[in-house]
Amino acid sequence: MRRSANRRTVLQKSIGLNSSSATSDPYRSGRSVSKEMENIEILFGNYADISSGDIEPAGIESLCSDISISHTDVRMLLLAWKTKAKRQGYFSQYEWCRGLKALRADTLAKLKKALSDLEKEVRSPQNFLDFYSYAFRYCLADIQKNIDLETACELLNIVLASQFPSQTKKLIEFIKFQHEYKVINMDQWTGFLRFCNEINFPSLDNYDSTLAWPLILDNFVEWMLERQN
Amino acid sequence: MASSERKTIDLEQGWDFMQKGITKLKNILEGEAEPQFRSNDYMMLYTTIYNMCTQKPPHDYSQQLYDKYREAFQDYITSMVLPSLREKHDEFMLRELVKRWENHKLMVRWLSRFFYYLDRYFIARRSLPPLYEVGYSCFRDLVYQDINVKVRDSVIKLIDNEREGEQIDRSLLKNVLGIFVEIGMGNMTSYENDFETEMANDTAGYYSRKATNWIVEDSCPDYMLKAEECLKREKERVSNYLHSSSEQKLLEKVQHELLSVYASQLLEKENSGCHALLRDDKVDDLSRMYRLFCKITRGLDPVSQIFKQHVTAEGTALVKQAEDAASHKKPEKRDIVGLQEQVFVRKIIELHDKYMTYVNDCFQNHSLFHKALKEAFEVFCNKGVAGSSSAELLATFCDNILKKGGSEKLSDEAIEDTLEKVVKLLAYISDKDLFAEFYRKKLARRLLFDKSANDDHERSILTKLKQQCGGQFTSKMEGMVTDLTLARENQTSFEEYLNNNSNANPGIDLTVTVLTTGFWPSYKSFDLNLPAEMVKCVEVFKEFYQTKTKHRKLTWIYSLGTCNIIGKFDAKPMDIIVTTYQASALLLFNLSDRLSYAEIMSQLNLTDDDVVRLLHSLSCAKYKILKKEPSTKAITPTDVFEFNSKFTDKMRRIKIPLPPVDEKKKVIEDVDKDRRYAIDASIVRIMKSRKVLDHQQLVMECVEQLGRMFKPDFKAIKKRIEDLITRDYLERDKENPNIFRYLA
Repeated sequence: MRRSANRRTVLQKSIGLNSSSATSDPYRSGRSVSKEMENIEILFGNYADISSGDIEPAGIESLCSDISISHTDVRMLLLAWKTKAKRQGYFSQYEWCRGLKALRADTLAKLKKALSDLEKEVRSPQNFLDFYSYAFRYCLADIQKNIDLETACELLNIVLASQFPSQTKKLIEFIKFQHEYKVINMDQWTGFLRFCNEINFPSLDNYDSTLAWPLILDNFVEWMLERQN
Repeated sequence: MASSERKTIDLEQGWDFMQKGITKLKNILEGEAEPQFRSNDYMMLYTTIYNMCTQKPPHDYSQQLYDKYREAFQDYITSMVLPSLREKHDEFMLRELVKRWENHKLMVRWLSRFFYYLDRYFIARRSLPPLYEVGYSCFRDLVYQDINVKVRDSVIKLIDNEREGEQIDRSLLKNVLGIFVEIGMGNMTSYENDFETEMANDTAGYYSRKATNWIVEDSCPDYMLKAEECLKREKERVSNYLHSSSEQKLLEKVQHELLSVYASQLLEKENSGCHALLRDDKVDDLSRMYRLFCKITRGLDPVSQIFKQHVTAEGTALVKQAEDAASHKKPEKRDIVGLQEQVFVRKIIELHDKYMTYVNDCFQNHSLFHKALKEAFEVFCNKGVAGSSSAELLATFCDNILKKGGSEKLSDEAIEDTLEKVVKLLAYISDKDLFAEFYRKKLARRLLFDKSANDDHERSILTKLKQQCGGQFTSKMEGMVTDLTLARENQTSFEEYLNNNSNANPGIDLTVTVLTTGFWPSYKSFDLNLPAEMVKCVEVFKEFYQTKTKHRKLTWIYSLGTCNIIGKFDAKPMDIIVTTYQASALLLFNLSDRLSYAEIMSQLNLTDDDVVRLLHSLSCAKYKILKKEPSTKAITPTDVFEFNSKFTDKMRRIKIPLPPVDEKKKVIEDVDKDRRYAIDASIVRIMKSRKVLDHQQLVMECVEQLGRMFKPDFKAIKKRIEDLITRDYLERDKENPNIFRYLA
C-alpha cells in the first residue's frame, strides 16, 4: 500500500522549524526537539524503501541487524507498539516518528537502550494489557478477525513467556493439540492473559468453568486436569 | 291483703324458715324419705327472700342472704359430700363423684330459684357473681380442687385398661369428664390443664412402649395395620367419652409415637419396607402407607423418594435389557431401529401406565408423587438404546403404528390410546426437537410413498402433539399434510389441462405432487439424467404450472418419485413398481443390451452411493431384473449388467423397494444446526431486552427459554456467545469480563 507523497510533505511541514506546534512536552526546549526530530527523520530515511516511502520488511531486517536484535525479539514488537504501527512489517514515517519521539531515541544506540528499558516498563499491568492487545491486532492480516494457530503460538511465546513461562508452555502445547478451534480470536487472546493473571498454576484450583471464561480455556483446564490425574 | 304495710321479717326468723327448706332439699338429695316440694312451698320460700330483700333498711338483708346462700353449700359439702368421697377409691370414687355432682347441680338449680331475687338486682348492683356461679364455685373450690388429681389418674388408668382390651364403663367416664368441662363454667381450661394434658402424655408413653416392641417384631405392613387400628380406636375413644376438642391432640400424639419416631426404620425395613412393597406390587399396603404418612409433617417426602428410586431403577433395567438384546444384533443391522427397540418402547409405556395408576390410586393423586414419577422418567427416558436416541426410538415407534401394515391388528381405539400415551412420554424427553425432526422425516416418507394407514390417526396425533408442545412444534407437519390435500386438487386441474390441450400430452400418465419447501425436510436434488420419455413430462407440467402461478420456482426431487414400468419378459410381461432412479436405470437397457457400472453411472449422472444402491436392488435382491457379471452379492465398479429376459414371477405386478438411505446422521446434523441458530436467537433476544447481564444468568435464561424443545449444553451456549462476540452482537464489560453488554 503506497502512502501518498502528499502526506509526507504535509508532515515535514508540520515537523519543521515551527517548534511550538510540533511539541507536546512543555518542558522541552524548542531547539532540541527539532534537532531530535531531524535525526529521527534521517534514521527513517536510512531504512525506508524509496518507491513506497515506508520502511518495509527488508528495511526492518537491516534495522534489526544494525541494532543486533532479532526480528522475533519482543523488543521489535515493543517498537511496533510504541509506533502504533498498523501493519505488520511496515512503518510509515508518521508511525516511526511517533514511536521514536515517544522513546526519545534519535540514534540507534538510544533506540536499543530505550527498547530494553521498555521491556521492563511494559510489565506494569495497565501497560502490559495495552501491549498485549496491540500484539494481537498487529498480527491480523487485512480484514481478518482471527489469527491462525501457529502465529498465535509464536506470539504467545514472544509476548507472554517471559512473565508466565509455565502457563505459556502448556497453553501452546494444548493449542497445538486440540482440534476444535482452527483460529484464535481477540476474545480468546484477552482471555489467555486474564487466565495467567488470575488463575493459580498449575493447581488450577480457583478456576470456575461456569464463569464466562472462553470455551477454549475450559477445554484447556479439562485437558490439564486429566493429565495431572 | 294489704300491700303497703308488710310485717318486717327479722333475719334470724327469715333464715330459720329458709333453713327448713334447705334441709328438706338436702334430704331429698340424700334419698331420704321426704316428700317433694309443692308449688306452695316453693312460693313461700321465694317470697320470703323477696320480702327480706325489699324491706327498708336496716332490714334489707340482701348481702347477708347472699352470704348465707353460699354458706349453705359450703356446709353441705363439708359435712356430707367430702367425707363420702374421701372414703371411696377408683371406680367407686368416680361413681360417687358423678352422683354428688348431679346432686350439686340440682341443689344449685333449686336454691337459685329460691334466692332468685338476688340475681335480679343485687348482684348486678354490686357486680357480684350470679347465684349459679357461686354454687358451682363452692363445689369447685371444696371438692374439685381436692379430688381432681385422683380422679384424673383413675380415669387414665381406666383408659389404659380399655386399651389393653378390658371392658370399661364408658358412660361413667363420659360423665366424669363432663364434670371437668362443666366446672370450667364456660371455658375449657380445667379440662385441658387438669385432665387432657396428662392424658395425652400418658397416651404418648403408652404408644411409645408399644412401638418399641412392634418395630422390632413386626413387618412394615403388619406394623402399619396396627398403627391404623390404634388410630381408629383412639378416634372412637374421643367420640365415646372424651371431649371432641381432644381429638386432634390425641391423634397427633399417637401419630408421633407410632409413625414420626420410627418413620425411617419402618420405611427402610429390609424385606417389608417401602422398597419391598413396591417391588412386590403390594398396592393395599402402599395405600395404607400413604394414608398414614400423609398425616405427619413431611411424612410423604421419604416415601416419594423411595418411589422415585424404584421407578428409576425399573426403567433403567428396561434400558439395560434393551441394550443387551441389541448387542446381539448383527453388525450391519446395528444402526437400524429394530424389533427389540419397539418392544422397549412398549414396555416403557406399560411401566408408565402401571406407576401412573399407583400415583392416582395408592397415592391419591398427590403432587409429590406426580413429581417423583416425572423425575424418574426423565432420568431413563433420555437414555438411548444401541446408538439410537430415545427421540428416534419414539419417532420410529409412531411410524410403525401409523404406516400401512404396521398395526392393522389393533382397533382404532387401541391405536388412539397408544398414540396418546406416546405423546405423554414425549414430555419426559429433553430432545424434543430431535423427535420432531425424525417424526417429520418419517411422516414425509409415509405421505409421499402412500404408506400412511389412516388419515384420521395422522391428524389425531398431530393434534395431540400440538396440545402438548405448542403450535410451533406441529406447524410444519400440518403444512405437509395440507400439501398432500392441495396436491390432489392440483392433480385434478392438471388432468383437465391435459384434456384441453391434446398437444401437451406427455404420453405417460403423470402425477405430480408439489411440496411447499419450508414444510418438508430438506432433500438434495441431484441432476438425474431423466430418460427422454420423462423429460417431456417435466416440461408439460412446468407449462401447466406456469398457468397457475408465475412466482414460484419448481425444484424436482426425483429421489422421491415412483414409476410403474412394464417389463416385457420372455415368459410374460409384468408391471414393476420402482422408484424414478431405478426406472431411469432400467430404461437405459431399452437402448443397450449390456451396460457397465461406469456407463450406467455416467449416463444417469448420480453418485456412487445411489448407483450402488439402485443396482443392488435390481440385481442382487429378491427380484433379479438385471443380470450381473460377476454374480457376486455386492456391487463393484467393475460389474457389467444385462437385462434379465428370463425373469418371471407368479405375480403379475411386483414392487421392488429401494431401501432408504440412513437418515439418522443427517437428522442429527440438521437438528444441531437448528439448535445453533436457536441458541443464537435466544441469546440475542435476552441481551436485547436486558442490555447488560452476567454470564451465569444469561446461560440460565437461555436454558429456560429453550427448554421446551431441547436442553442446551453449557458448552454449546458458551461457544455461541463467543461467536456473537466475534460478530459484534455482544461485548464483554471492560471492568468485569463476566458481564456482557448488548451492542445495538
